[in-house]
Amino acid sequence: MGRFLLGVVRRDLTIAARRRGDWLTALFFFVMVSSLFPLSVGPDPQLLQRIGPGVLWVAATLASLLSLSRLFEDDHRDGSLEQMLLSPSPVVLLVLGKVLAHWLVYGLPLLLVTPLLGIQFNLPGEAIAVLVLGLLLGTPVLSMLGAAGAALTLGLRGGGVLITLLVLPLYVPALIFGAGAVGGVLAGTGAEAHLSLLAAFFLVSFTVAPWIAAASLRVSVG
Amino acid sequence: MDSHPATLFAADELACERGERLLFKGVCFGLSAGELLLVQGGNGQGKTSLLRLLAGLARPDAGEVSWRGQPIARCRDDYHREMAYLGHANGIKDELEPAENLRFSHGLQGRRFDATRALETLQRLGLSRCLDLPCRALSFGQRRRVALAALLLADARLWILDEPLTGLDVHAVALVEALIDEHLRAGGLVVATTHQPLKLAGTPVQPLQLGRAAAPRAGAVEAV
Repeated sequence: MGRFLLGVVRRDLTIAARRRGDWLTALFFFVMVSSLFPLSVGPDPQLLQRIGPGVLWVAATLASLLSLSRLFEDDHRDGSLEQMLLSPSPVVLLVLGKVLAHWLVYGLPLLLVTPLLGIQFNLPGEAIAVLVLGLLLGTPVLSMLGAAGAALTLGLRGGGVLITLLVLPLYVPALIFGAGAVGGVLAGTGAEAHLSLLAAFFLVSFTVAPWIAAASLRVSVG
Repeated sequence: MDSHPATLFAADELACERGERLLFKGVCFGLSAGELLLVQGGNGQGKTSLLRLLAGLARPDAGEVSWRGQPIARCRDDYHREMAYLGHANGIKDELEPAENLRFSHGLQGRRFDATRALETLQRLGLSRCLDLPCRALSFGQRRRVALAALLLADARLWILDEPLTGLDVHAVALVEALIDEHLRAGGLVVATTHQPLKLAGTPVQPLQLGRAAAPRAGAVEAV
């Protein structure tokens, strides 16, 4: 079982390493979008600090969304999804492996550049730490919910837009708690409450969404 | 239909609908060790749909497929361990080299990978000159050969082959025929569709004719 999960992750990471353009695009998108705000809003440190957490969260969300429509699409087109569904291991493990690989390729790099981008918004060190911690909980949720959306819309024309419409409303809680946590630090009320709620949301989505994604995959491919 | 004790793979009154249209119904067969089921029929008669039902990728609208006497829906894991499916799509990744493709598809089946054996299989399929190329650089027929190598390495008892000869040259067609022969002689089972005639050396072939599309509700299928 573990070997299957690891196999899926390693396979996807190898493919991502051969197609660097894909994840570099998402990363640069994140950097560009969040850098446009200081440039367009103007150099007012207080204003930047107020909008910073929200802007970075929205930009990270959009950057992850870019790649979600292709989570199962490529494998579906070349027939390897069929082969994976025919393996003796549970489909839920396949979904979890794909989600983990997606997060490692598209989510983790965003976390690594976030501190740098936080400085652009005049965020203090503690706020940046909470921002990264929040994203650490929030970006896997987006990958997970996105996998369910991608499985549901697999093979549909215009599936990419549909995923966005399906997933973003579900993702709103993560956005609110994540940005709220940083706001809490800046206001001096602490981030604990927001982060706990975000962690709860993380757990709920990882208990429910894999099963939805697995069932939808079976329907979409069958 | 077949209550022969050695029947390993059987279908009972299978039916499949696509949209509102009935593709086929009443498909029955029983296959024992060393036998080949050749599914025939024109385009759009449901050959691929039938094979997907048999592989367990889709569920039949009526009827049941069974493996070793058990419905495949109930013994999915065991069935998939012993079954290998080669569909229209090859199931290989363009970014990976042939051997890497084999290694990953092997790993997903949850089994140990034997690199020497994989290399020998690729050489046997005439791919020794493109071992260090990503599959993107291979021709259609060469990619098909990589998929065939994965099929061989799967060590499955039952092969389900959807048009295995598409895109293959004369040598490869002869090779595939030899492989099928070999597999059957070793006690394997094969279900295949093909538009080209298969030249097999004295193996028993069960034909299954899908069709009579003009009257889809009137006993569309007859198993011979």
